[in-house]
Amino acid sequence: MWPAELRHLFRRTRVRALLVVLFAIPFLLTVAVKLNGGPSAGRGPTFLSQVSENGVFAALAGLTVTIPFFLPLTVAVVAGDAISGEASTGTLRYLLARPAGRGRLLAVKGATVVVFCLAAGLAVAVGGLVGGAIFFPLGRVITLSGTTIGLADGIGRALLAALVVGASLLGLAAIGVFVSTVTDVPVGAMAVTAGVAVLSLVLDSVPQVAFLHPWLFTHDELAFGDLLRSPVTWHGIWRDLALQAGYVGVFGSAAWARFTSRDVLA
Amino acid sequence: MSPAGPPAAGLAIATEGLTKRFGDVAAVDGVDLAVPSGSVYGFLGPNGSGKTTTIRMLLGLISPTAGSWDLLGRRMPGGAATALAEVGALIEGPAFYPWLSGRDNLARLDAAGPDGRRATRRARIDDALARVGLTAAAAKKYRAYSLGMRQRLGLAAALLRPRQLLVLDEPTNGMDPQGTREIRSLVRDLAGEGTTVFLSSHLLAEIEQVCTHVGVMANGRLLSQGTLADLRAASTARLRVSVDDPARAAGILAGLGMADPTVEGADVVTALDGHAPEAVNRALVLADVAVSGLAVERPSLEDLFVSLTGEGFDVAR
Repeated sequence: MWPAELRHLFRRTRVRALLVVLFAIPFLLTVAVKLNGGPSAGRGPTFLSQVSENGVFAALAGLTVTIPFFLPLTVAVVAGDAISGEASTGTLRYLLARPAGRGRLLAVKGATVVVFCLAAGLAVAVGGLVGGAIFFPLGRVITLSGTTIGLADGIGRALLAALVVGASLLGLAAIGVFVSTVTDVPVGAMAVTAGVAVLSLVLDSVPQVAFLHPWLFTHDELAFGDLLRSPVTWHGIWRDLALQAGYVGVFGSAAWARFTSRDVLA
Repeated sequence: MSPAGPPAAGLAIATEGLTKRFGDVAAVDGVDLAVPSGSVYGFLGPNGSGKTTTIRMLLGLISPTAGSWDLLGRRMPGGAATALAEVGALIEGPAFYPWLSGRDNLARLDAAGPDGRRATRRARIDDALARVGLTAAAAKKYRAYSLGMRQRLGLAAALLRPRQLLVLDEPTNGMDPQGTREIRSLVRDLAGEGTTVFLSSHLLAEIEQVCTHVGVMANGRLLSQGTLADLRAASTARLRVSVDDPARAAGILAGLGMADPTVEGADVVTALDGHAPEAVNRALVLADVAVSGLAVERPSLEDLFVSLTGEGFDVAR
């Protein structure tokens, strides 16, 4: 069922369109920098000022630009649709009568959402690398610590950063899958999930609730930048991944409790 | 006509006191179904009588408030994984992904559960599509299907693998008369192969033509179930004779011991009550009454239904 479900997800026009847009954003960023010149160092989104010197940085700039809004939005669309989408087409009752098994169906849906999160991060990084390679020189990468690493190492770290970014979306994805088990209206589940993402960002910027900040799933989303240090500082990345795992545990369990016990009337 | 006993061997579906409440309303109230293996069981009832809620409970989609049920001899819901693999179902109309073709929809459903062997999938899909007459439209997107074609695809999904039990909820909904006839003959073929068919419908004629057993639901309760023959036997057949002299004929019939012959125009009508129609005819002719017509009228399933539920096929509530 697992490979079939993956095929099913990635053959959807909606999902393909999202991935194309994710690819296009950093690519267009490189076009814009090519036409207008990048911002001077220290201004604009992180990594953007380095793009004109080394195309590899377009991948990282793309991740920085897409992580606050666009990446969470795509995850909300895909995760919010996981169960509610099947309910709204009525196919949920046929999958369950097949019988797909409720726990198994939820696990498979969750696993495909995880793959989508990683694919989304990779789409951004690859879009940046392609644009960077076309419009700018690629070369040895100067790390944030001032040391120099080889091009292959640099590209490897950019792709690893994409996977870390994908993984840092898993908390939101788990919330989305949970919401999709609560309602039979996919648009509602997507909107709620996207709303939660925005709420987390807003709370993170309000100093009065500073005690909450370390627990917000968006709090450490820029930790992937630490991959560009030499040596790599893993502390922030591990913290982020642990937090995401916590969210997956809590909302995954809630989704399981809800979905395995509810009446399917759709 | 007797209520179902405890779940016994030889029953494809057996329920005991199956009940589902939504808030204060009992959508299904203490239903004891007994569907014998190999039967074609017609599940009748007006809209809103609890047929679909019962079917959803049988398939484990909603959990009963009270009661227990066995499917193919396995206690549910624990036995769902093994029992449901042997059940093909059409539940409240077909539902597929509009953006996939009929064939791809079947492939997806087949891959989603047990026994959907990949090596045989293509052949099984071809067979199922051919069986419901959809081969020509297999590559078309489901979105472009007519209601009748969608219904056929739903049936094809139920036939993807050999099944012991088919649960078909209103299978001819939206089909033209030709399609209805095809489905009827399909149901007969499947029953002939030994598949138990649980057929819910509000089309009484359809039930009457294919079913061996009938259960009648109204207001969430199972009012009656048994073989179609039993149900019929419990009702009285009437004799109608058309004669030149109704008054005299009525006297002759009364003389034969028939109850209450009544004259309706040129006809005399009476309960048949175990008399042989040919003997009645002979008595009339020997008494020089000219008989221009003689008919035994059995109540249609619809008459039986109305006598059971006291209502027609209107929404019950």
